[in-house]
Amino acid sequence: MGKITDLLFKDIHVEDGLSACINCGTCTAICPAAGFYHYSPREIVDTVQSKNELKIIDLLKSEQIWYCGECMSCKTRCPRNNTPGMIIIALRSLSQELGYFTESEKGRQQLAVKRIIGEAILNKGYCVHIDQIETGLHPEQGPVWDWFKENVEQVHERLGTAYKKNTAGVMRNIAQEDLDELDKIFEVTGAHDRFRKIEEFSKQKARDLRIEFDKGIDEYFLHVYQSNCGKHY
Amino acid sequence: MIEEGKEKVWKDYQKEIAEDNYFYARSCIRQNFFPGSEVAFLRILKELGKNLFDDPRHTTCTGIAYHSDIVPFDTTMTVVARHFALMTEAGLKNFVPSCITSFGIYTEVLELWRHHPEIEQKIKENLLKATGRTFEKPENLAHSSDIIYKFRNEIANKSKYRLVNKETGKPLRVVEHIGCHYSKMFPEKGVGGAEYPLVLTGMVQAWGGEVIDYPERRQCCGFGFRQYIVQANRGYSVACSKKKFESMAPYKPDLILTNCPGCPYFLDRWQYVVSEMEGVTYGENNGGIPVFTYEELAGMVLGYNPWDLGLQLHQVPVEPVLDKIGVQYKKEDKYKGVNGKDLGRPESPSCLKI
Ligand code: SF4
Ligand code: SF4
Repeated sequence: MGKITDLLFKDIHVEDGLSACINCGTCTAICPAAGFYHYSPREIVDTVQSKNELKIIDLLKSEQIWYCGECMSCKTRCPRNNTPGMIIIALRSLSQELGYFTESEKGRQQLAVKRIIGEAILNKGYCVHIDQIETGLHPEQGPVWDWFKENVEQVHERLGTAYKKNTAGVMRNIAQEDLDELDKIFEVTGAHDRFRKIEEFSKQKARDLRIEFDKGIDEYFLHVYQSNCGKHY
Repeated sequence: MIEEGKEKVWKDYQKEIAEDNYFYARSCIRQNFFPGSEVAFLRILKELGKNLFDDPRHTTCTGIAYHSDIVPFDTTMTVVARHFALMTEAGLKNFVPSCITSFGIYTEVLELWRHHPEIEQKIKENLLKATGRTFEKPENLAHSSDIIYKFRNEIANKSKYRLVNKETGKPLRVVEHIGCHYSKMFPEKGVGGAEYPLVLTGMVQAWGGEVIDYPERRQCCGFGFRQYIVQANRGYSVACSKKKFESMAPYKPDLILTNCPGCPYFLDRWQYVVSEMEGVTYGENNGGIPVFTYEELAGMVLGYNPWDLGLQLHQVPVEPVLDKIGVQYKKEDKYKGVNGKDLGRPESPSCLKI
């Protein structure tokens, strides 16, 4: 087995998620991503089980691995109890570890995901937080969200939540010592390391593409967050 | 499928749900978008005389980060272990997450550890090193919708309203939408399994309504984690929901009921987006199909004030359902704060009737 294939097969998601795919295509038939993108979980699983190093490297650099929605609908129906969606998790992990994710438009989006979700978790203790959601980047929220945001304290008070309070309850402030524990877990288990890699590989790519790279919602963030070549379908 | 067959499937998938003494794990998405729902859940359990511990030290489980692939699985498993430690420190054994993504993760982690004790051991060491904490695994894991399902008849007995059209006397027609991670990964961990989940159907039937079967009943709402988080991908998300709306609309549902915190958000907001983009609406009289969380629906049948439940935060108005049932409520209080303080009102969408 090649070196990269070897790394892929060490991932527990591949170990537990793949046993002799029979190429029946049931996963592709049920897959919501296959109904929308040019995507087939059957093909992905077949490429992985071929253990062909060059094809696997291509896959790690491809757009395809980023199309899956991780809904795991494929798990219920696979006659072999495989989970293509879990194999996708392993492929995406490795693609980021090796820096291959910046080779595809969809892969480059990981920088935006890291800065939105990753930073909300470490700064707020929530994976998303109302204070950070605006209809500018989220027009789908609709006018009701603008009204909610304009009156956020009064509405929360009306609903009897703990918004911005240091008690138990809905939308309470998470205490600094709890955020510190999360931070420590991130250090010990490799999440900080992955965050650093996402930032570093993205920075290199931004240099190649001559796009300004800083932090937060910079030019590169907006580029990866909004670009769509229209050829994914 | 004939009724007898369905009942057999349901009997095969009867999970154990603890009776009392719960450790509650809040949901990031539900707290942000449906804050009244978690308030209502605690109120309902209190009225049922149940003991629940709400720990302020609990944080995100990192589920959205795990399924958008920015954190390693070890990180998520160790955060899960920390939550088990908080439960253990509280002297509790019954773990109740409010989020379906979390529920899926807790289920996945417990199953993985059952087959791979060496991974559990590694995570124990991670947690000890990072936080100094130790933990016991829960004896019972149930989603908060499982708890409401378990007490659906008690709720029916206390209810002020039934899911019945007061004019026609007919049951309301309900679309039930189960979050994918509730039972698609581990069918035996969800009430009724993956094909015929009973968790929401049981509530609807106990409260007088009727469940609609339709072709795209098991289609995902389209969250897709990174497919919604990143603006360039949101076409995927709205297309998935649209597929569902088009499939359910001919059956004329009165409402959609959900158990995942994300699904009601998408099924509500994407109706607004489709109406803005294409001028298409799926409900009666150019309105949408109102979408409810199970806490909101339970609160409504129990006679809670709809504006205490946070129903004013939906983009698709819920009043058609309140009016059909005959819920007594004050229209003019919808956008008021505490003590009747006037908070103005949201602007109207260009097409969707509110
Ligand atoms: S459903 Fe299972 S066996 Fe069939 S193609 Fe997909 S992974 Fe392979
Ligand atoms: S998890 Fe991914 S591959 Fe599986 S059905 Fe969902 S979108 Fe398709």
